[in-house]
Amino acid sequence: MLIFECPYCGVLADETDLAAGGEAHLKRFGPGSSDDEFEAYLFNRENPKGVHFERWRHINGCGKWFNAARCTVTMEVFGTYPAQTLEPPTEITNNISIKRPGWKWKEFS
Amino acid sequence: MKKYSAFAVAREALRDHLGWERAWRSPEPQKKYDVIIIGAGGHGLATAYYLGKNYGITNVAILEKGWLGGGNTGRNTTIIRSNYLQDPSAAIYEKARSLYENLSQDLNYNVMFSPRGVMMLAQTQHEIRGYERTAHANALQGVSTEFISPQKVKKLCPIINIDGPRYPVLGALWQPRGGTARHDAVAWGYARACSDMGMHIIQQCEVTGVNTIDGKVVGVETTKGAIACKKIGIVVAGHSGVLADMAGFRLPIESVALQALVSEPIKPCMDVVVMANTVHGYMSQSDKGEMVIGGGADGYNNYSQRGSFHHVEETVRALVETFPIISRLKMLRWWGGIVDMTGDRSPIISKTPVKNIFINCGWGTGGFKAIPGSGWAMAELIAKGEPGPLAEDFRVTRFREGQFIDESVAAGVAH
Repeated sequence: MLIFECPYCGVLADETDLAAGGEAHLKRFGPGSSDDEFEAYLFNRENPKGVHFERWRHINGCGKWFNAARCTVTMEVFGTYPAQTLEPPTEITNNISIKRPGWKWKEFS
Repeated sequence: MKKYSAFAVAREALRDHLGWERAWRSPEPQKKYDVIIIGAGGHGLATAYYLGKNYGITNVAILEKGWLGGGNTGRNTTIIRSNYLQDPSAAIYEKARSLYENLSQDLNYNVMFSPRGVMMLAQTQHEIRGYERTAHANALQGVSTEFISPQKVKKLCPIINIDGPRYPVLGALWQPRGGTARHDAVAWGYARACSDMGMHIIQQCEVTGVNTIDGKVVGVETTKGAIACKKIGIVVAGHSGVLADMAGFRLPIESVALQALVSEPIKPCMDVVVMANTVHGYMSQSDKGEMVIGGGADGYNNYSQRGSFHHVEETVRALVETFPIISRLKMLRWWGGIVDMTGDRSPIISKTPVKNIFINCGWGTGGFKAIPGSGWAMAELIAKGEPGPLAEDFRVTRFREGQFIDESVAAGVAH
């Protein structure tokens, strides 16, 4: 069972306490953007086999959204951090680089 | 290929069964093919079969990284139905269901299609309205379904508890011509027929790269070397995103785990398929006597072919209330498959940004039932380079156009 540490309340929450919220760090596009940008924002997803940055909500806990880095093959969790972050903390990306050399995910690798 | 028949069984019985030949050949890859199909699951093999049968294209290789039919084709719960709400869905699923009716004769391979009937229980007022609407839509689409009373549900499936306090059965959408088939046999039957037409089925050959020149495909890199080709069909379900990444485009797809389980075998007690979408569970009985149970998909991206325990627990908990008879059964096997989910829960059968690469994916939680229809439509797309009437609504650009085929909230799409 997946277990994440909620970065707000510090609780080790398993997935029955959480709701998955899909890909994190989506760049939002709205009025005035091109059709390609808008389509990519609304529908296209990284869906990687490996390192994935994603949103979770501590729904049966403090109720807040947070981000997590996780491997979609082994389910290993590399770390969690608050949702009000434009990019993952270097501590987490360094941790991933040690465990998954050559990983890539958008512009954060 | 030697034809299977009652006569062949009798002949082999008299000579210690020494005359059976391998159902399909396992050749080494050639340097070049007209068409490469990536993925030897049901959809990939069906695509190859109809390429040969309907369009005479037989210089085809079907590449499989694992073993034939070892992905979702061997992991589903074998349900076949076509009671969808939207016209494009009903058209392709009904095409598939009708092809299943004669598939054993067509392939000369017993796929054990059993049109035992599929009922989708209405357990809330909302579901009653939804399924009545679907029954009316199906009438207009020429798909034979009807909305039946709880008493008829009980008559068709006596082991159901229709007045359970939590999940009472208020009626059901009944498709008498739906049913099940033997999933492995579908893959094996198509493989045997493809091999007989001279196609190459190459197992344990993983595609590691897609070679393009000027935006046009010229071949693939594989673990068995480079292979040139004129056209590629990508039919890899959960790994569609990985292949799309190799070819240099992105898809509106997310891969998640969907789980199923079977009980220990018991005597025949249920001769219909029952789906209960409110509680996210469905059940049928296999010919071996196992109760085959499926549930909902997990909510997060996953490539591990294992799902969350609590999802299975929820499914079984709800089904035990609807079918009290199963409460003491032991679980025999439990497994997961990686399904490719689109935003509107409808598949993609489409051209791609790379010329001569075609993709068939996004079947999500309900691909098995569609195998013959999907192969039929995909073969037309690959052969002609343009989608036919079955496939055109499932183009990948429907998302940017806003032309969704919205089954996700419409009706019983769970599986």
